[in-house]
Amino acid sequence: METYSFLREFADSWMLLGLFLFFVGIIFWVFRPGASKEYRDNANIPFRHADKPATHKEARP
Amino acid sequence: MVNYFKLIALGLITFFAMIAANYARDLAYMVHALIIAGVSFGLFIWVLRGTGTKTVIAQDEYMDDVIRYGVIATAFWGVVGFLAGVFIAFQLAFPVLNFDWAQGYANFGRLRPLHTSAVIFAFGGNALLATSFYVVQRTSAARLWGGNLAWFVFWGYQLFIVLAATGYVLGGTQSKEYAEPEWYVDLWLTIVWVCYLAIYLGTIIKRKEPHIYVANWFYLAFIVTIAMLHVINNLTIPVSIFGSKSVIVWAGVQDAMVQWWYGHNAVGFFLTAGFLGMMYYFIPKQAERPVFSYKLSIIHFWALIFLYIWAGPHHLHYTALPDWASTLGMVFSVILWMPSWGGMINGLMTLSGAWDKLRTDPVIRMMVISVGFYGMSTFEGPMMSIRAVNSLSHYTDWTIGHVHSGALGWNGMITFGALYYLVPALWKRDRLYSLSLVSWHFWLATIGIVLYAASMWVTGIMEGLMWREVDANGFLVNSFADTVAAKFPMYVVRGLGGVMFLAGALIMCYNLWMTVRKAPAKEASLSVAVPAE
Repeated sequence: METYSFLREFADSWMLLGLFLFFVGIIFWVFRPGASKEYRDNANIPFRHADKPATHKEARP
Repeated sequence: MVNYFKLIALGLITFFAMIAANYARDLAYMVHALIIAGVSFGLFIWVLRGTGTKTVIAQDEYMDDVIRYGVIATAFWGVVGFLAGVFIAFQLAFPVLNFDWAQGYANFGRLRPLHTSAVIFAFGGNALLATSFYVVQRTSAARLWGGNLAWFVFWGYQLFIVLAATGYVLGGTQSKEYAEPEWYVDLWLTIVWVCYLAIYLGTIIKRKEPHIYVANWFYLAFIVTIAMLHVINNLTIPVSIFGSKSVIVWAGVQDAMVQWWYGHNAVGFFLTAGFLGMMYYFIPKQAERPVFSYKLSIIHFWALIFLYIWAGPHHLHYTALPDWASTLGMVFSVILWMPSWGGMINGLMTLSGAWDKLRTDPVIRMMVISVGFYGMSTFEGPMMSIRAVNSLSHYTDWTIGHVHSGALGWNGMITFGALYYLVPALWKRDRLYSLSLVSWHFWLATIGIVLYAASMWVTGIMEGLMWREVDANGFLVNSFADTVAAKFPMYVVRGLGGVMFLAGALIMCYNLWMTVRKAPAKEASLSVAVPAE
């Protein structure tokens, strides 16, 4: 099969399915148990270290 | 030791640039070769004088001086770009402004790309550079990676802007929308951009926060995608190494499709993803509350990234492009409405519980109206991408109105908001010089945009209807010149809207200047040791 036809068929079958499943997977991942607590913490990142970089002691794992 | 290599390289560049100027086949190329020779010779002297001196870099501080330069460059190029826009708007209304003595250099066709590139790449690009460096350091709790590489990116980008702008006026253009610079300018931008990516990734890799904050995801998507789009859309072969003319490797409809794949994603990733990164940092900071929903911001990111890249073909309805491709572009453009509004809701709802700030803080008002304009233009865009609507709107001024409600409203206003936040923060001032001047800027800019968008809706729809009007025998009723004559009043109103927007930007520059000069210093910066937390 020539390259164009192969790529074309691959793109609108398996690639499309793969990308779609990846996206659905992200939605499930975002709503996983325990996520709310973690995201509440992440959303506050702009309010830390506004003036200076973190030192090694403060660095969180 | 490194300085010796720098001197050798700069000397060689100067030498070859002068050879290139000698053999130049066209004016734009010769002027560019002379500019490059002058810059590299100046750098040669500068490196030579600095050789042997050692500077100590404080690793426990953020690298903010390059951001201060970026803020100044943003304000400067903003005024230049708006001024060019106002001038060409009046050139359309009053053709006599295409002066005879400047024919071939300063007529509308030469100045229009100067305006678009100045506002998108010079004003918007510098805003993105400055804010991305600011945000990535704060949200990673780490100093910028790469040391002086950030200075190379900043000054390299300014050189790109100067080469692009002088090229347009002198006729060195490859005539691709938003990608006009010729091959050697494109190569230079590629080098600068790869360094930008390296700095950004390097800083994220050495971050002290375990999580990568969502604003960085948007900035990173912008940097990576622009690199890909820029390289593929500019695959050209120069006719001569000593001339600016080059030929693109794509032909016909493929070239058109690649161009609008690039063109629409320049909007999608440069003017949307990058500025959303700004929104996700500066709105929470100015409102002093975290973003409304962090979950929504992640879904917003992936949905936007996955959908935007397919929307380009809606620029090519009713052309040689196959129907399936333009239908695909249209469908994805309509779906794109959802993540766009998801992001808008996330930005607006960040103020829930703090709506009173709209009354007291004109900076947050500016940011909120920018998100409002984002919502408006991301509704208008999908609607215009529908084939039936497009048959009326395409090639008319409606498109120009749509672009400007997005660019002036969303990109302009969020950048102004970020500048009002950044200047006191970067120059360690307690507050802005004057909040009432911010209010003046806000109202001038808002009324200016409303005048602009409204006049373009009227003239665009009128023009579209006049073009398709046929009499009982099937003959066209109006000639093209009839529509041009009918548009005159709207063109004047549009120009006045531009004058108001420009006046607002000048007020902002004065206000920011006085903030640095006159506003009281921040108390915290006066005491010596302040713990980070």
